[in-house]
Amino acid sequence: MTTKLAKTPLDAWHRANGGKMVPFAGYDMPVQYESIVSEHQACRTAAALFDVSHMGRLRFDGDGSDQFLDRILTRGVANLPVGAVRYGLICNEDGGVLDDVLVSHLETPSQRRFHLMVVNASNREKILKWLAPVLEDFPTVTMSDRTELTAMIAVQGPAAIETCKRLFSFDPARLKYYRAVITDQFAKPVIVSRTGYTGEDGLELIVRAEEATRIWENLLLIGRDAGFIAAGLGARDTLRLEAGMPLYGHELNENIDPLSAGLDFACNLKERSFIGQRALTKIAEAGPTTVRIGLRPEGKRPAREGCPVLDSAGQRIGEVTSGGPSPTLGYPISMAYVDTRHANDNEFQIDIRGKLVVAKPVSLPFYKRPKS
Amino acid sequence: MSRDESKLLYAESHEWVDLTEEGGKAVGTIGLSGFALEQLNDLVYMELPELGRELAAGEEFGEVESVKAVSPLYSPVNGKVIAVHDDLPDSLEKLNDDPYDFGWIVKVEISDSNSADKLLDHAAYQKQCAEAG
Repeated sequence: MTTKLAKTPLDAWHRANGGKMVPFAGYDMPVQYESIVSEHQACRTAAALFDVSHMGRLRFDGDGSDQFLDRILTRGVANLPVGAVRYGLICNEDGGVLDDVLVSHLETPSQRRFHLMVVNASNREKILKWLAPVLEDFPTVTMSDRTELTAMIAVQGPAAIETCKRLFSFDPARLKYYRAVITDQFAKPVIVSRTGYTGEDGLELIVRAEEATRIWENLLLIGRDAGFIAAGLGARDTLRLEAGMPLYGHELNENIDPLSAGLDFACNLKERSFIGQRALTKIAEAGPTTVRIGLRPEGKRPAREGCPVLDSAGQRIGEVTSGGPSPTLGYPISMAYVDTRHANDNEFQIDIRGKLVVAKPVSLPFYKRPKS
Repeated sequence: MSRDESKLLYAESHEWVDLTEEGGKAVGTIGLSGFALEQLNDLVYMELPELGRELAAGEEFGEVESVKAVSPLYSPVNGKVIAVHDDLPDSLEKLNDDPYDFGWIVKVEISDSNSADKLLDHAAYQKQCAEAG
């Protein structure tokens, strides 16, 4: 089977600059340039640039956009002020997670308001299909898929905000965490949000596809002295794992509900009506049967996705969903789902390809950035 | 003594073997090629076999793990493990710089010298690597 991979607007740049390209969610994406570890460390100590153009970007215009989104999200956006960003989940009727998304409420310079939803690349087609019939109840709302018309660049790290001051016509330090604004760069519109997926402070930019390479190169240039480098999906994964953030397809899927995933904060079940709400209310009343935990296996051998988790008596009670070495901490870390009855155990075992390794629970996130 | 990579034999799975004689016995010293190590990048873990283990050519005897992936190590020849480079798992950062001397992984006493017949010489191995890009 050969399906043609989609390319992001930065594809030529990646290839010309040593990007090791791999297929990911239907896109040809750089997994690394020089080294995952050095890209990871650049993000923790200076800043790293990530091409995240593969993420889906869906725009909703028209009266009732917020009511429409309220029907499909575990967390309401009807009261979301202009300039705010909210994390939420799209669930099926059983409460299984179809996707985890960010919704921004934005206003154009000509004062048109709209909502923008960023979805996982691997789920974009599925979500478009899921939303289409719901949209029929909201004739004033139009949905447009902006993914291919735009590029998305994440600038993440302690030096990100200060250095990006020189890039825009406004000071991004004024933007609070989980806030977004439409600004411009050389008279071209850019959506800037103070969000990210690395555990560091930083920005995510949505720019016109044809502007992507220029802005990317500009960022590398103004950030050169501060230590900015380009980073691939490999570092993005080790960074989000250290930050204890779930990744769709690993910690989240249609057989897991957000309460079991520990995402209670993103579920407002009361006085609302959305798809999956009934199922989630029942789960909340009964209590979820699994819990997401952090584990540190003894020694240096990482316990990766799919490794069975056992209690200290050797009974299988769960499974690792993501795992690998932590470049920042210097030892391996894993996220796992275990039976809630073992939520407070102080020792576990992980079966790493036939060998049992003792693992200690670690509270999530594994890494928290120092307060500035 | 520095090992000359152009004189070694290579498996398609990227292990090298240095065939020598020690005390009248045919010995194979096994490691992982510089090309493979460069591809793996950022090694974090290595699993080594027990002394005395009998290996068949093509049999998995250990694994090396990078940040992103686990790669099995396959024995290029038939033989019994007579030495294991125990310091290696704690010094993986040195492996990339010196894959052919410091980077030896195990030594085996070769039980069947014919098992080396299918291995590639340096030129053929380089060709394989060039084709893999």
